[in-house]
Amino acid sequence: MATEAHGAGEGGLAFHPMDQFLVKPLFGDGEVGMFTLTNATFWMALTILAIFALLVMGTSGRATIPSRMQSVAELAYDFVRKMVEDVAGKEALVFFPYIMTLFMFIVFANFLGLLPMAFTTTSHIAVTAVMAMMVFLTVTILGFVKNGPAFLSLFWVSSAPLALRPILAVIELISYFVRPVSHSIRLAGNMMAGHAVIKVFAGFSQVAMIAPLSILAVSAMYGLEVLVSFIQAYVFTILTCVYLKDALHPHH
Amino acid sequence: MEGDIAQLGQFIGAGLAGIGSGAAAIGVGHVAGNFLAGALRNPSAAAGQTATLFIGIAFAEALGIFSFLIALLLMFAV
Amino acid sequence: MASETQGAEAATGLPQLDITTFSNQIFWLLVSLVVIYFILSRVALPRIAAVLAERQGTITNDLAAAEDLKAKAVEAEEAYNKALADARAEAQKIIAETKAEIKADLDRANEEADAEIAERTAEGEKKLAEIRESAMESVREVAKDTAAEIVSAMGGKADGRSVTAAINARMKG
Repeated sequence: MATEAHGAGEGGLAFHPMDQFLVKPLFGDGEVGMFTLTNATFWMALTILAIFALLVMGTSGRATIPSRMQSVAELAYDFVRKMVEDVAGKEALVFFPYIMTLFMFIVFANFLGLLPMAFTTTSHIAVTAVMAMMVFLTVTILGFVKNGPAFLSLFWVSSAPLALRPILAVIELISYFVRPVSHSIRLAGNMMAGHAVIKVFAGFSQVAMIAPLSILAVSAMYGLEVLVSFIQAYVFTILTCVYLKDALHPHH
Repeated sequence: MEGDIAQLGQFIGAGLAGIGSGAAAIGVGHVAGNFLAGALRNPSAAAGQTATLFIGIAFAEALGIFSFLIALLLMFAV
Repeated sequence: MASETQGAEAATGLPQLDITTFSNQIFWLLVSLVVIYFILSRVALPRIAAVLAERQGTITNDLAAAEDLKAKAVEAEEAYNKALADARAEAQKIIAETKAEIKADLDRANEEADAEIAERTAEGEKKLAEIRESAMESVREVAKDTAAEIVSAMGGKADGRSVTAAINARMKG
């Protein structure tokens, strides 16, 4: 691969921090077509399985006094439901399954990506951009369907002085269209950065002198990444709720 | 490694873009620190504002991630 | 530099920007999201909602039952207190009754004893008077006899009547 040639010129220290993000076919070595089974497919399937195990198999007891798995499932349910209700309001609960889907997918993809040798599906901009665009389109369409042209008052800041309003409208418009970009790049960038940094530190352990230090650093980064994995899923979800609130109540 | 002025520019640019990550760190620190200061003054109101805290941190951090992305692009994609 | 060695196959060294894999990832992502959406909206979420609602119902019921039991406990305590007060009153009554009875008995016994004592006293006095009477009589007899003897011994002739009168006068003195 490209990085092999790149590492050879650096006096023995070979870093391949980006190799872990390569999308490869699971079987064989051919081209990656649209329907090829790739490692991305594999880890997404694992994500589905994990969600199924937690939310369906975990609650199969339907116990009034919950088991551990059921407690976690109920915790996730309550967490997202409360977030939707608190941030976006009661009428946004129609979208609760949709938001729950995004949250569960991101959180499990992030955590599964933390396993050694794993492929992090959410570290790819293609994946997060699709999710962000889904949210963006939902919010925009919903806003126009619910409020009609009044949705445009989102860009017309009526509390500002009249002279400033056109300028603010332009800024608001730009920031509105930047939303899906920042929404997707935040998640993908965070996951990519964390994994790449871990890989770089792991690369340093090739030198025996600094190996203990690098292993310590990898452990510390790993702990941080566990936190970041959850927080980024949380942030993605809560921003979705915030955008939904904008669509339902554009007058701020 | 033979000299190549374009590569030199790439690496210097990537390094400069990396500064943005540090700037984002300052921003995140500001958000969290001010939240803590406010929370210590009025602890009863703090619990309801954690969502706002995370949104603020996310916005501050997103810009740092952009600079990181630009560094990566300079390193690998250009 | 990566692009130099890799050639035309992938113009970018960053796997995230490799356009050729985008369609694959997007396709499988959409499949995954749809599958997860159906798992959640058809099975998981209704089930969890039902479990939570059921638990809420159970808790409400239990609270109501606890409230009931508490009311019952209060009632029982009241009943107990009432019973205690009743028993105490009853006991007081019994004590008072018994006391009165005992007092009556005692009084009666006292009276009886008093009466007996009075009777005995009267009897004793009567007997004493009788004894004294008889003793007086005897003394009078003896004195008369002795006086007559003495008079006769001294050569006189005892006049019965005068002797008796003299003795009676003497005895009274």
